[in-house]
Amino acid sequence: MSGVPLAAYLALGLFMFMTGVVGVVIRRSPIVIFMCIELMLNAVNLTFLAFARYQFSPMVAGNSFKEGQSAMAGQMMVIFVMAVAAAEVAVGLGIIMAIFRLRDNIDIDEMNLLKG
Amino acid sequence: MLNLFAAVAAPKMAGFAITGELLFFAALAGLAMLSAVGVVAFNNAVRSALCLVLNFFVLAGIYFTLNAEMMGITQVVVYTGAIMVLFLFVIMLLNLSAPALLQDKNDPKTAVGMTLGMVMFTLVALQVLPGLMSKTEPGAVDGYGSPVNVGRALFTGFVIPFEAVSILLLIGIVGSILLAKRRF
Repeated sequence: MSGVPLAAYLALGLFMFMTGVVGVVIRRSPIVIFMCIELMLNAVNLTFLAFARYQFSPMVAGNSFKEGQSAMAGQMMVIFVMAVAAAEVAVGLGIIMAIFRLRDNIDIDEMNLLKG
Repeated sequence: MLNLFAAVAAPKMAGFAITGELLFFAALAGLAMLSAVGVVAFNNAVRSALCLVLNFFVLAGIYFTLNAEMMGITQVVVYTGAIMVLFLFVIMLLNLSAPALLQDKNDPKTAVGMTLGMVMFTLVALQVLPGLMSKTEPGAVDGYGSPVNVGRALFTGFVIPFEAVSILLLIGIVGSILLAKRRF
């Protein structure tokens, strides 16, 4: 995939992350806010993989154990981000369901029980 | 301000040949950006979720163009297969498709949020992108994203974080069951 600059991938990731941030700020439905958080996590995954592909010091496969590890670190991080996202979605949607059963209304602006 | 924008735009014009790969990436990136905006812009939660599904599929395609095949497959299976089905289930259970519930009122938050987002995008792009404009040749070895290599790395050097993540997932499962079972 030569010909595409690294900056293009980073710009796409930045745009998706900012879309997620704006969505979290302006939307009021907690489900959509969760979707925007997923959007942000995916933007970060994209930047991890772009940096993993365009590594600055070329790694020789099997040269040494440490170098092989650092060549794979970006993809390992993406796997862990995906696992954390799955756990977060399961717990978060459970919380939303519990709140919905309690209050019959899930407007994020009306959830201010913790306000001092 | 104007010469700052010129500094960003100038290296892009400098000498990138328009190749087939670049056009393919541009098409995928445009689709990903459109669907990302769609997630935020649609009032109906189901449409937002479907836009997010499209976005995840396009991202999987971009991972394939980055030669990270294992990550692309995982993206399709985990995100579009598991997480988005969970989202759609919850939308269905809460009957959120009724537009009255989701109608966002006109408030100053929208304008402020979009302005903040644009300012932050410009700031970060000006700081990060110009220095990396010249980096066009990938440095990773061939086959760095194949399932064999990913699996070997996961079970040798990264085995402790891997086990920690499995414990985290177990706690997540138990926690969500407890949340769903509780009687209010």
